[in-house]
Amino acid sequence: MSASSKTFSVARADVEDFLFHEAFLLDNWKLKEWEELLTDDAGYYIPPNDNLEASHRGTLFTIADNRERIRQRVIRVLDPNCHAEHPHSHLSRIIGNVRLMDQHGDEVTVWSNFVCHRYRRNERIGEYVGSIRHILKIDGKSFKIKERRVHLKSHELGSLGSVSFIL
Amino acid sequence: MSNSRSFVVDDPQKGVFLLDREALVSDQVLRDEMRNIFAKCWIYVGHGSEVKKPGDYQTRRVAGRPVIFVRDQAGQVKCHFNTCRHRGAIVCNDRAGNTRRFNCIYHGWIYGNDGALQRVPGEEAYTEAFDKSAYGLKGPARFENYRDFWFMNLDPNAQPLADYLGKAKDYIDLIIEQSPSGQMEVLPGTQEYDVSANWKLMVENSVDDYHLPSTHSTWLNFMSNSGVKVEPPKAKDQVLPTRGWAIELGNGHFTTDNVNFRGRPVAKWIPIYGEEAKAEIDEIRAELVSRLGEERATRVADTNRNLVIFPNLVINDGSSVTIRTFYPDGPNKMHVLAWALGPVEETESARARRLDAFLTFYGPGGFATPDDVEALEMVQQGLANWEDDRWSEMSRGMGREGEQLNSDEHHLRIFWRKWNTLMTGTGK
Repeated sequence: MSASSKTFSVARADVEDFLFHEAFLLDNWKLKEWEELLTDDAGYYIPPNDNLEASHRGTLFTIADNRERIRQRVIRVLDPNCHAEHPHSHLSRIIGNVRLMDQHGDEVTVWSNFVCHRYRRNERIGEYVGSIRHILKIDGKSFKIKERRVHLKSHELGSLGSVSFIL
Repeated sequence: MSNSRSFVVDDPQKGVFLLDREALVSDQVLRDEMRNIFAKCWIYVGHGSEVKKPGDYQTRRVAGRPVIFVRDQAGQVKCHFNTCRHRGAIVCNDRAGNTRRFNCIYHGWIYGNDGALQRVPGEEAYTEAFDKSAYGLKGPARFENYRDFWFMNLDPNAQPLADYLGKAKDYIDLIIEQSPSGQMEVLPGTQEYDVSANWKLMVENSVDDYHLPSTHSTWLNFMSNSGVKVEPPKAKDQVLPTRGWAIELGNGHFTTDNVNFRGRPVAKWIPIYGEEAKAEIDEIRAELVSRLGEERATRVADTNRNLVIFPNLVINDGSSVTIRTFYPDGPNKMHVLAWALGPVEETESARARRLDAFLTFYGPGGFATPDDVEALEMVQQGLANWEDDRWSEMSRGMGREGEQLNSDEHHLRIFWRKWNTLMTGTGK
């Protein structure tokens, strides 16, 4: 079934505004503000490049954070002793092809594409390209993020090396 | 041999050990390594569990060599060069899968999964001199396994794998004892990434416990925030909360061997696993005790180790079990492959806990590995001054008699002595 034949109680433009805002916060290391966008049971997943559809309970992921692990990850990456991100990478992500895929009650599943460029001194440019599935919970006039699942398109992480920032 | 000089200054009497940094930056050294190390030593290819059924295969580049790691129809694990005997194209372009045959897309030569050449289009055009049976896919001169860890050797005269591994076998056994049936398997999901640093820096880093407090303070904070007791050591010569050792295993192999403080899915509970995991961890531990006895069960559950099989296989039996191997891609870059290993009979919840524990430390999104990568890349950047700042200082712990500490550099010196011997043809 194509996404357009379903009915949604939210407008795509509102979802886009929200995703652009999230991208702004992540690009600019406003991670405490970003955390406020998350539900108390939020999850953040990056499956391995060679097994995108798998479950983190049976497959080795790159990242499989529950809400508490996200909290610890934010503490870590904001710490000047997080050497992989100090000084912070310069990040710029473009979000596009936003599609509302499904809605159950107040939960909306959204797929979007992204290109995220990462710059660090003395290092190769990182070009992270892929799709993100957000499960958004309608929260008044805005949303909360219940789940974000990042699918990287490259066959392996390869020259990207690490995902040491929040992608 | 390219030269007869030594890359190390090694003077135990004076307590001096210096490494010539040319070893970490030179194209010529890398060419010599390919000939003297990667073509002479046993190099890890894969684990039998990655090719469970006949026809299952994995393609990878092992030390620059494209190979097909495959289980043939008869159930034999094989390693073929992924190179057509006709004009040299690779015959399989998929990462992994299951197949009875490999078809070369160029002129259509077809090989069975046992490597035999099965079909040559227009075979009538060849003379009798062309013997199809002699044109199966080639492979490394030797291909052997120890307990389903498969290694290749390009040297037909190499000693048998079991002899090469020597005392390292005991440590592989210790890891496999986590499984009640003695069977471990590689779990799905590959971590594959590049590091802009010489491959030998990863060997050092994998067993260097000296760097932990400085490189990984954010990981120690995370442990501490999560309710794990991380107390500074009382002994002045120690850097970790618990004492650990560095142990030489012969043939350039070595391991750290530490009293655990950071939790183990088999079978030491820490608060990160959650209260609900306690009962299951207790069960896993009880099984170990009933099967192995109290003493050996304690050994399996309450100690962890980072094992190096010379030259480029690391098995970290720590917060989880990882298999990690890496290959040079130029003197300033390496390609890393890492997998998780677990007992085949593990429950769904224990498996999930093992994978989660892996990610607390290891991998490109873990809470520690990215900082290791950063450290190695900063070393490589600093080494650009090698011609005017030539020697790395590696004498830590050299005056220590008897047992050697994990946080000293005894085990790193074992690696470099073996490497130097193979590269310069000195000693044996």
